[in-house]
Parts: sequence; structure tokens; C-alpha cells
Amino acid sequence: MTMPTHFIAAAARLGIAIALAFTPLAANADTLSQVAGSYKIQPSSRIGFSVGQVGGGGINGDFKKFSGIFKLNPADIGRSTISFTLYPESVSTGQARIENFLRSDAVFDSANFPTITFKSTQITQTSPNTADVAGMLTARGKTSQATFQASLSDHGKNSITFHVEGKILRSRYGMDVGTPIYSNVVQFDMLIQGQRS
Amino acid sequence: MLRNSRDSFGLISILFHWIIALIFIGQIPLGYWMVRTSDFALQFSLYQWHKSFGFLVLGLSALRLVWKFANTRPADPSAMATWERIGSHVAHVLLYLSLFAIPLTGWAIASSSPLQIPSFMFNFVVIPPLPLTISDSAEAFWTASHAWLAYVSAVVAACHILAALHHHFWKRDSILTRMLDPRRKAPERAPTQDVIP
Ligand code: HEM
Ligand code: HEM
Repeated sequence: MTMPTHFIAAAARLGIAIALAFTPLAANADTLSQVAGSYKIQPSSRIGFSVGQVGGGGINGDFKKFSGIFKLNPADIGRSTISFTLYPESVSTGQARIENFLRSDAVFDSANFPTITFKSTQITQTSPNTADVAGMLTARGKTSQATFQASLSDHGKNSITFHVEGKILRSRYGMDVGTPIYSNVVQFDMLIQGQRS
Repeated sequence: MLRNSRDSFGLISILFHWIIALIFIGQIPLGYWMVRTSDFALQFSLYQWHKSFGFLVLGLSALRLVWKFANTRPADPSAMATWERIGSHVAHVLLYLSLFAIPLTGWAIASSSPLQIPSFMFNFVVIPPLPLTISDSAEAFWTASHAWLAYVSAVVAACHILAALHHHFWKRDSILTRMLDPRRKAPERAPTQDVIP
């Protein structure tokens, strides 16, 4: 009595699995070619970060002011580029004393270094809808290589959204104040929304 | 030698006294300076040193108290007037109290502050926060208590130090030497026999 039920269930599962395995590939091959072009990063994007601390928890926040452009070349992802500028003065953590500390010459020194910039040097596709974005990050007058992982999360005819994550070692930019109480690693969690320009 | 005798403090009591006295005296200018510096990065690390040494005082004082109750106390010189004995004992009780009250209120500042900066003693052990209300006003209350206790006890300690010097250089008795040399066995010197040249 149970044999046929099992068999049908197994067959159904296999069918769904095969369908799932092929659908995204097909859809991406189809749509990625439509997204070629130049985009301007929208203020609705979110540039979130967090820094862990000993014993758990940490500081979470985001940057309110930034700008940037990216060019997508789906035929040859490697020829895509992004350049991004962040204004550290706009850091927000919900705690004024922490924000003042971050803006001060202890961390960003935003009075002398008003911008943090990133320029991609190499973009490598890692799966149908993900890519590694390597580039040069300049903060506080120091430039060092940094890599972010981007994944396509949504796109329309003229807009596209990537979820971008990455880890930055703040010691490379002369911002290692507070280590090891606060981690040297800053985790970025960003939603980059581009509008065709 | 290790334990107190009727004539002198033992080595353990002497080490406790001088190590704690040294750190305690250092903490006051350190605390004063660190809250007033405008260099945020320096301030952050000075605060962490101040907290670490403060916890060290608290831990050592707890051990010292256990040791004190397990030992006799050298007898006061017979030449001391009743008011001097009462005065010195009151000062000692106040100093013992401040060795606990000051670090505990300091710990309360770190615990009640909305900044919730972890206490990572000498970058070695995480000291958990005390279970206190976290708010700006709670932090302000504990900060004021800590500062007042620290400066008032600095005055008590100054009187205590002047009294010790008075015993040694003016009255020329054994009060100071028995807190310095655990082997001291000789009877007390008579208070005013030797004339100052
Ligand atoms: C022997 C022990 C200690 C002494 C003598 C001491 C003394 C002082 C003094 C003199 C100040 C400056 C007060 C002012 O001018 O406003 C201060 C500030 C401070 N102390 Fe301590 N302290 C001790 C232990 C601790 C401990 C154990 C902690 C924390 C775990 C601590 C945390 C602080 C903090 C956070 C401040 C700054 C308060 C502010 O924001 O103004 N202290 N301390
Ligand atoms: C350089 C400065 C200091 C000198 C010369 C000094 C000297 C002395 C002397 C001679 C005694 C023995 C008193 C007696 O036999 O009755 C003593 C006891 C004591 N001192 Fe100090 N002291 C100094 C700093 C401090 C500081 C900063 C503290 C506090 C935090 C402190 C706390 C105590 C306490 C609590 C006792 C009583 C010990 C006991 O009977 O259990 N002293 N000190």
C-alpha cells in the first residue's frame, strides 16, 4: 500500500528539483543581457556596517550620504566597473557620542578626509547572479585593496539592486583605535540601488 | 615574616599595602587627565587602562581584606594619644571603604553607560557589566559619585600619608618602618628622645 505513494512522492520531488535547477539559469541568461548599461547609485540605497566587540554585540550603523556610478557589461562581466564615494561625516549609529568619536581624528578624521572612495579594479563572476568586486579603497589618505561580494537581488527595466557584502580591516587605513575591544574587521552589508543614467 | 606580628606588618600585608597604594595614587591623576584630554584615541586607551587598573585594585583589595581578617594587627605604639589612635583607625576604615566604593562606582559607570563599552581587563579578561539601569542619567549619577569619592578619598589619603611622615620624621617611632620591613623586631623607639640636630 505504501510503495506507490512513496514512488510518486519521490518522482514529484525529482521533477521539482530538475525544474528548479534549470529555471534560474534560463531566466538569468535571458535577463542579464538586458541590464547592460550605466547606472547611478540612488540615495535609497543602504550602506550598513557593523563592528563586533569582545563578549558579543557591537556597533551597528550606516552612512546616509554617498554617491557613485557603475557600468554593467553582462556579456563580459570583467569589463564592468564601479566607483563609489562615501561621506563619513554622515555616519549614523543612533548614539551621538559614538558618531562624534567616529567622525573625530580618532577614526575617520572627516574634517581632513571628507570622503572615502572605492574604485573597482577587477570584477569576477562567481555564479549566474553573483560576482566578486575587487578594487582600491581609499580612506584617511591610505589606499588598500578590498573585495566585496555582490549578488543581484532585483531588477527592472531601468533599475537594478545588488546586495553587497564585504569585510574591511580598519588597521589598513590607520583606524585601528579601540582594538582588540572592538574588532579590526568592519562588516559591510549594503543594498546598492542603481537607476539607469 | 609572611604574617603580621605584634611588632610589624608581615610581608604579605606590606606588599598589599604598597602595590594597592601605588596603583590607587596613580589612578587619581590618570582619571583626572583622561576625562579632560581632547584627543579621542588617546582618551579611549587611557579609559581602558584606568578601568583595568581599577579592577586590579578591587580584586587585590578583596584578597587583602581576607588576609587582614586572618591576621593580627601590630599594636599601636603606647605613646600614641587616644585621639591619634581613633583618628588613624577612622582613616584606615575610610581608606578600606574607598578601595571598594571607588572601583565599584567606576564599574557602575561602565555598566550604566549607553555606550556599553566592554571592560576587557588588560585585554585579557572580559569583566561583565553590573546589572544596572542603562541611561544617560544613570551614567551621570555614577560618574558624579565616582569622582566625588575619588577626590574625597584623595584628601583622606593625603592626611594618611602626612600622618605617616609625621610619625617617621617628627615623632620618630616605628609606624612607617613596620609597614616597610617585615623583619623588624626591635621594640619601638621612644618618641622624642633623639634630638633633631
Ligand atoms: C582605584 C580605583 C579608582 C580610582 C582612584 C579612580 C579615580 C578616578 C578619577 C579621579 C576620575 C576622574 C573624575 C573626574 O574628574 O571627573 C575617574 C574617572 C573615571 N573612572 Fe575611575 N577610578 C578608579 C577605578 C575605576 C574603575 C574600576 C572603573 C571602571 C571599571 C573606573 C571608571 C572610570 C570612568 C569611566 C571615569 C570617567 C568618568 C567620566 O566620564 O567623567 N574607575 N576615576
Ligand atoms: C605613600 C603613601 C603612603 C604611606 C607613606 C603610607 C603609610 C602607611 C603606614 C605607615 C601604615 C601603617 C599604619 C599603622 O601601623 O597603623 C599604613 C596603613 C594603611 N594604609 Fe597607607 N600609606 C600610604 C598610602 C596609602 C594609600 C594611597 C592608601 C589607600 C588607598 C593606604 C591605605 C592604608 C590602609 C587601609 C592602612 C591600614 C592597614 C591595616 O591596618 O590593615 N595607604 N599606611
